[in-house]
Amino acid sequence: MARLLPRKDVVIMGLGWTGSILAQELTTAGLEVLALERGPWRDTASDFNIGYMPDELRYAIRKDLFLQPAQEAMTMRNNRTQTALPMRDYGSFLPGAGVGGAGVHWNGQCWRYAPTDFECKSHLTRRYGARKIAELQLQDWGVTFDEIEHCYDRYEYLCGTSGKAGVIKGVVQPGGNPFEGSRSREYPNPPLKMPYSSSLFTKAALEYGLHPFPSPSANVSRPYVNSLGVAMGECTYCGYCERFGCANYSKSTPQTTILPVLIKKRNFELRTECEVMKINLHPDGKSAKSITYVDATGTEYEQPGDLVILCGYGLMNVRMMFLSGIGKPYDPRTGDGVVGRNYCYQTGGGGATLFFDDKRFNPFMGAGALISAAHDFNGDVFDHSNLDFVGGASISSGQTNGRPIGSRPTPPGTPRWGSQWKAATAATYGHVMNIGGSGSSYATRGNYLDLDPTYTDSHGRPLLRITFDFPDNDIRMQNWVGTQVEKIARSLNPKAMTMGKASKGWNVVPYQSTHNTGGAIMGADPKTSAVNRYLQCWDVSNVFVMGASAFPQNAAVNPTGTVCALAYWAAEAIRDRYIKHPGPLVPA
Amino acid sequence: MSAALTFCRRRFLASVAALPVLTASHALARSLSGIKPPFSPFAGDPPKPINPLGWYFLRPAEVAMMEAIVDRFIPGDHLSPGGKDAGCATFIDRQLAGSFGTSSRLYTKGPFMPGLPTQGYQGELTPAGRYRLGLARLADHVRTHYAGKDFAALNHGQQDEVLAGLESGKIELKLAPGFSSRAFFELMLQNTMEGFFADPLYGGNRGMASWKMIGFPGARYDYRDYVDKHNQPYPHGPVSIYGEHA
Amino acid sequence: MKRAVAVLGVAVLACATAAQAAPDPARIAAGHYQAILADCLGCHTAPGGKPFAGGLVLETPFGKLATPNITPDRDTGIGGWSPAQFRDAIKSGVAPGGRRLYPAMPYPSYARISDADINDLWTYLGTVAPVRNRVNVNLLSFPFNIRALMVGWNWLFFKPAAAASKPGKSADLIRGEYLVNGPGHCGACHTPKNLFGADRAAALTGASLSGWFAPDITAQARRGVGSWRVGELVTYLKSGHNSHSMASGPMAEVIENSTAQMRDTDLSAIAAYLKDVPGDGASPTALAANGARMKAGAALYEENCQGCHNPGGDGQSIIFPPLAANPVVQQASAETLIRVVLAGTQAAQTARAPTAAAMPSFAWRLDDAQVADILTYIRNAWGNAAGAVSPNRVARSRAALQRR
Repeated sequence: MARLLPRKDVVIMGLGWTGSILAQELTTAGLEVLALERGPWRDTASDFNIGYMPDELRYAIRKDLFLQPAQEAMTMRNNRTQTALPMRDYGSFLPGAGVGGAGVHWNGQCWRYAPTDFECKSHLTRRYGARKIAELQLQDWGVTFDEIEHCYDRYEYLCGTSGKAGVIKGVVQPGGNPFEGSRSREYPNPPLKMPYSSSLFTKAALEYGLHPFPSPSANVSRPYVNSLGVAMGECTYCGYCERFGCANYSKSTPQTTILPVLIKKRNFELRTECEVMKINLHPDGKSAKSITYVDATGTEYEQPGDLVILCGYGLMNVRMMFLSGIGKPYDPRTGDGVVGRNYCYQTGGGGATLFFDDKRFNPFMGAGALISAAHDFNGDVFDHSNLDFVGGASISSGQTNGRPIGSRPTPPGTPRWGSQWKAATAATYGHVMNIGGSGSSYATRGNYLDLDPTYTDSHGRPLLRITFDFPDNDIRMQNWVGTQVEKIARSLNPKAMTMGKASKGWNVVPYQSTHNTGGAIMGADPKTSAVNRYLQCWDVSNVFVMGASAFPQNAAVNPTGTVCALAYWAAEAIRDRYIKHPGPLVPA
Repeated sequence: MSAALTFCRRRFLASVAALPVLTASHALARSLSGIKPPFSPFAGDPPKPINPLGWYFLRPAEVAMMEAIVDRFIPGDHLSPGGKDAGCATFIDRQLAGSFGTSSRLYTKGPFMPGLPTQGYQGELTPAGRYRLGLARLADHVRTHYAGKDFAALNHGQQDEVLAGLESGKIELKLAPGFSSRAFFELMLQNTMEGFFADPLYGGNRGMASWKMIGFPGARYDYRDYVDKHNQPYPHGPVSIYGEHA
Repeated sequence: MKRAVAVLGVAVLACATAAQAAPDPARIAAGHYQAILADCLGCHTAPGGKPFAGGLVLETPFGKLATPNITPDRDTGIGGWSPAQFRDAIKSGVAPGGRRLYPAMPYPSYARISDADINDLWTYLGTVAPVRNRVNVNLLSFPFNIRALMVGWNWLFFKPAAAASKPGKSADLIRGEYLVNGPGHCGACHTPKNLFGADRAAALTGASLSGWFAPDITAQARRGVGSWRVGELVTYLKSGHNSHSMASGPMAEVIENSTAQMRDTDLSAIAAYLKDVPGDGASPTALAANGARMKAGAALYEENCQGCHNPGGDGQSIIFPPLAANPVVQQASAETLIRVVLAGTQAAQTARAPTAAAMPSFAWRLDDAQVADILTYIRNAWGNAAGAVSPNRVARSRAALQRR
């Protein structure tokens, strides 16, 4: 029997990026906000000690900071002809855990999506006709880039994002991305220093006629005091970024940008090691009344709240909607329903590995976003009229790390063990650079999320089931971009080169990307979206669902910037409109 | 001039347990509201360097096999000591004796069903169980095919032949559902390489031999002065987490 | 956790003084400010405890004391006291019934406060939420637990007369002297003590207290605030940092609870006074950079410290303090430095500087010789000059810290 607790104005599930942003905004508006986080408190000095953080085995290989599959796993299959089985260890993607969530161990690639990404379906239909996109299930987002531009700006100034603007108030700026949506002002910090590999790529890309620019980085390039008065140090290019906590306050995370201000507030409370079991709805199913959760001792509580915001990792938010009976589950056979709809990922492969004798890259000098990119083949920047796909990829090259367990390339044909292996490893390490493409991931009818019929967690609740394979469209797109990458790579005259290929058969074992999107998508039509343009549930108006679960399909670049911009966007709607008039913000 | 007694005015020390390292206070603070970010002196969870003596999991026959295997994966030569002298077998032993060996992090609920190659490991055996079974079957195989000898007694060519056979699938040991000979080979190779390239505190990479070999500086944190010195070697040698220098 | 304290408006008073009209909000506010000046909250609140409910254990060279509950609770606090009894306790160190207080309660400093201000403080404390918390105050060992001994101590060391104003000093300096030596009781930490725990003559030149060394805050050019401008000292007291240094440990609490809430005019007065207290003219010579210990320290500094404090020891913005020209680094005693390296420390959190970043603990990684070398190096690099640190000194601190 759950113990009933005193009511709070707002109850938030998960204190990662979106939970921290929403809590900060809504406590500033005067509301009593409670955040329930199933992981532990984490912060820099006690958990990311500069002396033992540089431990590849512990954090990158054994994945100490990540969600342990024993706490929550998921099942997967490529399509409905297969039986989904559990990912007994995470490989392909690595969800976060603890306060700060994935915001602690992310790379810090802090992107905006392009204007056409938000109106993907209508734009591509206008340009190429409906048949071009018939095999996909593309949808518009219900918001435009221009509407949320100021939210991107807020997030970037919170983080101290370091970069070079490409278009300011409609005017193209040299050195930036000329294809980006027009922004109101420059980044708060200049770009990081450019490493050797990025400089070679930049030169080659320019010669190829592309427009390379430094990737926007939440590894800040100089000491910074953000919009809340919270200070950050400058990135020291340590090469222990993704999968690690930052030891010197130079990666933007909830801890380094928001939490010191947030947990000082008396109208904010954080309960850690409290796992949400489900959202309880009123009998008419139209509003939520409380959250049931279990604390570290196993005691069950019922926490009433006027407003419930799901701020877990996107996949967890979708699962929670299923477990709570919020929204109509998606049926891939009919295409009806909304919860679980339009699950997407990130398209990879088609990259080049270049081997040199005469170039030394010092790959261990790296940062998560220490990359130069070119978007000439991104999205719909280029004309697809004579191509057999839509979408595109961000081409990039840089140095994130040179950690040797994971990264010790040898030329093609080298054995994987023995004396030859060793000689090749010793000769090759530090003389290799990569040029890769990160591609859009477009929705299809058959890629979706639901609850697994067989496998359960330690509380007996069904695991989330992922049914996904890379759409043919995306494979064609990625390999076409790969042909461009190959040309650029060859122009650098490497001694040897290998090219990867994008292929079907998504495999959960090797790491690819932790960009899982969709499942609780936003849109203008409640028949094809689970949340409206303010990320408010159509069906249950006092539940909002944050995260990349809101994306109807995924663009080519990292989602966090857009996830957080939408969090600010939703916070504004809640603060300025919902609180005064609780109820649906958009007529159904 | 006013007078006062010396005293300690702050809340830091009186209640802190007398340990050099402490689980951070966050473990206790389950409700945080209206406070500064928690801090306690000595808070942290540094990794424990392994005791290099003895064997915690591998039995003597298994030790002999693993030392020979890691020495073929990584032979000793002018570039670096071999896998055995580098401590790779010790590393693997300590990993198998710990949470890696027991799969304590992983999802181990049934039912266990055969999976597709895209679905990852679906077997019931933990890594500790896989080594125990795999090494036993491998020992049987070697005795059968090499006139009763143990793996460690084979010459290098024969040892390489066996390992290559596992790698290619030519040798099919009878292992367990979801656990093939190739998977066993991959597990041993992966763990050997982990031991060779990880921080020495875990038992392998003794003397930071692998890092010296490839020019990896180890547990350093500040390259600001070097990142834009393109195409130039980094001038410092490696340092380990516990401050060991080459 | 610190709860909001109702100060203004209609306050239901649990104060045990005879039924009277609700006190004047202006007096309550004035009393609140006195509490800020005197930093009552800092000592009379236990970690995680309710405000003013006592229970903080103070470590003195004579043993432990726990601070009493000064909320208006009748039973376990001071709700049953009269204003006169309160005044006697604060200014004379005598509690109701003639019980002598130990000068851990800095009554020798508070003796400077006027009766009217004490009365306002009493009024304010009457509005604080009463908390039932019975504190066993006297944890000292025999014979120090005999309070009557304080009669003799007071006779030897307590001169309660107000300090005569120095002729010709400005109002600012007079106010500053009062704040520093009166309610601010800065000398309680910053003035070295004799064997009896009473002040020595070298006021404000720095003193050791249980694992921290409260630095010299005279106008000494290197170890004190002599090279700081008045505005920089004000910034430090208000926000917890300036371009020279950053507060952590006990001073962080003082800033959070006391100085960050003082009026700017009072902060300027304090700053002006401190810069008017002459420091000694000592100007030590730095150790040569090519010495063995300096070179060892420099290498360790590069590997362990420069990722935050920078290769040139100049720190970063308001997050990592500089070490170059930082008085904390150059004190006669390295006690603070040793404990900060071993145990870590956390910056003050103020409205202006909310980050509250923390330095991690290095005790697990650095042995005593390494800590000694690093500290010797930073005390003598970049223009700094101070005595070397010995491994034995580090060992003693490490043992003491881990015993607590």
